[in-house]
Amino acid sequence: MTEEKKDFFVSDISLSYQYTAGNATTRFLNKVAEGKLVAQKCPKCSAVYVPPRGSCPRCGIATEEELELPDTGAVESFTIVHIPIPGNPIVPPYVSAMIRLDGADISFLHLIQEIDLAEIRIGMRVQAVWKDKSEWGTTLENIKWFKPTGEDDVDPLVFKFKE
Amino acid sequence: MIEAAVIGVGQTKYEAKRRDVSMGGLVRKAIDKAMLAAEVDWDAIDAVILGKAPDMFEGVMMPELSLVDAIGANGKPLLRVHTAGSVGGSTAVIAASHVCSGNFDTVLTVTYEKQSESNATWALSPKYPYSPHINAGAGGYFAPYMREYIRRYDAPENIGWKVAVKDRLNALKNPLAHLQIPGIDENMVAETPMLWEPLRYLESCPSSDGACAMVISNKKLAESRNAAWIKGMAVRSEGTLSAGRDEVNPQGGQDCAKDIYDQAGITNPFKEIDCAEIYVPFSWYEPMWLENLHFCDLGEGWKLTEKGATEIEGDIPFNMSGGVLSSNPIGASGMIRFGEACLQVTNQAGDHQVDGANVAMGHAYGGAAQFFAMWIVSNKK
Repeated sequence: MTEEKKDFFVSDISLSYQYTAGNATTRFLNKVAEGKLVAQKCPKCSAVYVPPRGSCPRCGIATEEELELPDTGAVESFTIVHIPIPGNPIVPPYVSAMIRLDGADISFLHLIQEIDLAEIRIGMRVQAVWKDKSEWGTTLENIKWFKPTGEDDVDPLVFKFKE
Repeated sequence: MIEAAVIGVGQTKYEAKRRDVSMGGLVRKAIDKAMLAAEVDWDAIDAVILGKAPDMFEGVMMPELSLVDAIGANGKPLLRVHTAGSVGGSTAVIAASHVCSGNFDTVLTVTYEKQSESNATWALSPKYPYSPHINAGAGGYFAPYMREYIRRYDAPENIGWKVAVKDRLNALKNPLAHLQIPGIDENMVAETPMLWEPLRYLESCPSSDGACAMVISNKKLAESRNAAWIKGMAVRSEGTLSAGRDEVNPQGGQDCAKDIYDQAGITNPFKEIDCAEIYVPFSWYEPMWLENLHFCDLGEGWKLTEKGATEIEGDIPFNMSGGVLSSNPIGASGMIRFGEACLQVTNQAGDHQVDGANVAMGHAYGGAAQFFAMWIVSNKK
């Protein structure tokens, strides 16, 4: 029996870090912990950001005005992930979707469940399914996933930004 | 602008695992080939510009520290560049800018990735601090944009398969290309597993080890070499989360392309550019970039692909080398595009040469489709 000569070795690294959210995200996450989705609006172009980062990238100015948005929206686009992703706990296949909340001008990624995968489409109306209140924290993981509402689809043209 | 030209391009063989070399050995193999092609020795090199994609891809932080010797930067200016997947392109632009500044006659630039040493999909799929753990690699990130392109312009499913086949047939003409799949056809692609809908396995780039280097010089050396003269170069970026951002047709890409065409005096890129190496890591990015880079009107990109315009014999050949779909050492993938454009206009591309190529384009994009780097090269000063 010959022993195979090894020309590499395995070295592990791990990393934990303290994330400083900043003023705008801190305000947003403290509201998320109460089950509210609070967007920020640009005073110049009126773009509504959720999650907000405290400024409008289009105009380069602070977004101090806050407004609560509903937990309903539509699918701007999506993919169905069929392969396991290293380090990711979600079991495929699953829908990763760009969710556009009603009244928002950007989307964020979240899961869609309680759906036949063949039914998912751009423009589909969805609503958040929240975890039990006892499990809420300062994270969008308070929303387990989004599910279809059964309402008529929106025209994808609504996703186009109008100043 | 002071003239600058690429006088030597060096590439390693691209493979899934280059266990025969360390990172230092890998970059040095590309450098040696580039310097041999450029007919220069180390005394001629005034600065070294290194580029690489995220350090998390190998888990080796600040590789420029340990690579100083291997890239010959002892006693010379060294700069490391990082702009995610576009880094190979932006590194070339920064190296050329050193020459254009007038402060450096000849600059060596090298980019690499040794993906086998860790797992880039893992590195691209972190859990963000206040979000669900949903990131699913580059394919998972870009697939929704490709789906939106398909919806917007009602493109048939087989366009993606067609790009996947075309680039892999080109790879068979490039001995350095990683994927070599004789007999590949649309059926074979269509039967491979779905990874991130609408993308199938063979519509996605491989994970490769490899390096690409270039020697860039001013007219003192270039006038006596088979040189690819840089006629226009630019980089652009845009914010990730901006209202009104169109990820299917990013403004940064449009503006960057217009900038290099203006510099090169190109008014009709479809007619005036003979061939292009464009960053297409997933099949649908070919028609998307045909439109974004102004080779055709919006919605017409998939029709150009469908009628074979991007084949080597076509009106606007794309990715004659096999492209990112055939070899993807991420940090080097942009520079390979830029270097292959040079090989085309200097008639050094071997079996994947486009006959009579005088003007060629190199392109790279990266991040959340938010970083862009491009150049135009010509065999005429």
